[in-house]
Amino acid sequence: MRIAIASGKGGAGKTSVAASLGSVWAAGHIMADTDVEAPNLHLFLGPEIHTSSTIALPIPTQILDSCTSCGKCHDICRYGAIAKLGAKLKIFPDMCHACGGCFAVCPENALVQGERVIGELREGSLKNGTPWISGATRIGEVMTPPLLRALFKRLSSMEEAYAEEKGTRPDVLVDAPPGVSCPAVTVGSHVDALLMVVDSSPFGLHDFQLAHEAFGKLGKPLACVLNRAGMPGNEKGDETVRSYCTEHNLPLLAELPFEREAARAYSSGQLLSDLSDSWKARFQNLAQALGQTFAHTTCGRPACAK
Amino acid sequence: MREIVIISGKGGTGKTSLCAAFAALARNAVLCDLDVDVPDLHIVLNPKDGEGHVFMGGNKAQVRKEDCIGCGQCADLCRFDAITMDEDKAHINELNCEGCGVCVTLCPQKALDFPAARCGDWYVGETRFGPFLHAVLVPGQENSGKLVTLLKREARELARQSGRDLILCDGSPGIGCPVISSLSGATLAVAVVEPSLSGSHDFDRVARVCAHFRVPIGVIVNKADINPEETARIIAYCEREGHTILGTVPFSSDITRATIEGKALTEIDSDLAACLARIWEKTDALAASKARERLQLRAFSKTTLA
Repeated sequence: MRIAIASGKGGAGKTSVAASLGSVWAAGHIMADTDVEAPNLHLFLGPEIHTSSTIALPIPTQILDSCTSCGKCHDICRYGAIAKLGAKLKIFPDMCHACGGCFAVCPENALVQGERVIGELREGSLKNGTPWISGATRIGEVMTPPLLRALFKRLSSMEEAYAEEKGTRPDVLVDAPPGVSCPAVTVGSHVDALLMVVDSSPFGLHDFQLAHEAFGKLGKPLACVLNRAGMPGNEKGDETVRSYCTEHNLPLLAELPFEREAARAYSSGQLLSDLSDSWKARFQNLAQALGQTFAHTTCGRPACAK
Repeated sequence: MREIVIISGKGGTGKTSLCAAFAALARNAVLCDLDVDVPDLHIVLNPKDGEGHVFMGGNKAQVRKEDCIGCGQCADLCRFDAITMDEDKAHINELNCEGCGVCVTLCPQKALDFPAARCGDWYVGETRFGPFLHAVLVPGQENSGKLVTLLKREARELARQSGRDLILCDGSPGIGCPVISSLSGATLAVAVVEPSLSGSHDFDRVARVCAHFRVPIGVIVNKADINPEETARIIAYCEREGHTILGTVPFSSDITRATIEGKALTEIDSDLAACLARIWEKTDALAASKARERLQLRAFSKTTLA
């Protein structure tokens, strides 16, 4: 089963929770970092990187002399990637969304297909052998979802390879991007269940409700973990999260306390689960609760249907 | 005209809290929340909103089943895996649909519609610190980049009309589409950095995005005392790369306290108020000097070209 660790607000604690959960996860699993704009999971896991590959989109890069300037490519492009300058056509490769419309309509086959790199995928493994995958967008690139789709395609083959080798399908813990628009929703649509990390500050509460609304539309099981509970002066915020979860039938699986020491440990890349026995127990309990909550979730992917 | 955009790379570093404090200190700037995905600035600014404006976007293909003959050409053309053939009819996966319109234009039966969806609403509100532009996006909707561009255009127009020469914008985390849109035309990007491995890593990425689009950066290290060594490394990095350090802010629960009270940090009794006032002074002065440089550059290129 693939579980995304998500949140509306950035900095709610997704990566900390994902990394620590991974360290206590009893079953065989894969760690996947899908926060491709700001990937951080590797900073906590220290994976050995085995392969890296660039991901590119097929785009028009050149117009041949056979172009008759009919303008059909310009007309079909909704992204302003092919401009008409007088009688001439000019390609703006950064604007292209790689829909292929221009190639499909050009009567002279006058467009040369090249590519624009949108990012990189890296694969490797942790010291204990747990496979790891991560993506990173190219600096200046606006298109995140195609990179995510490429990442999930790779992840599927990693799951297959794992199943073949060990005879059992791995779970996948997916560190998700923040927010509730394209990147987060793309990740949400490729997983089987979502664990929302909730920050109970006024900003966090607001974003949590937006996230609940957005992820709720995916029709997948959701659960929550309250992070930085007991922040001095914010008792009311914690209480709001608890009653919101009860009211909306959202399982609140754990509360992780606010501790300055935890913030310091996090800042230097230390796992919260390594901080103390009680922190470790918190994540073991959370892992167990997650297993129980999502136990009856059968994932929709064909390979899993058996 | 100076246009300041607050960014961070990593989420949760304190962008919105600092932006609210700067809004209070700036007096009479045009304020703008460009984190349209999960906006929070309104929680502190508490605007009296004027009439809402509908934001349409995100056209998605829709099959008219009665007109579809099941030829499958659309599914072959679609580069986003958004069309599957189901019982001899085309079926659109809305989540995957990029809105390129290629299937709509090229369907031999013209059996596809292409309606625009209401993605959200945007408002101009009055606040105690000045006019405030912000949007409420339908959770899970895309096109946030377009909405960011729209809000910025409206903010500039409002500034011109009302004779204000400062636009202060709260930005999004990450380095993708909304961040790139928010940086377009900005005089100064203010990066709020948290001294942690993740914070430094993501700051480096967003700093390279700013360099790519030639937007100068000023840097504030927030929660600086959580990890003094990392703070020192960030400062050294900025000196090396030529980014101005605007100041450091210590970790303080006053930030949460102010937000809970719906106030900017400078409106409550806090030791941080003086520190933030100094940082704002430096920020505004840096933005003013960058704006002057830009004007000089423009005048220079005009005279040399003439």
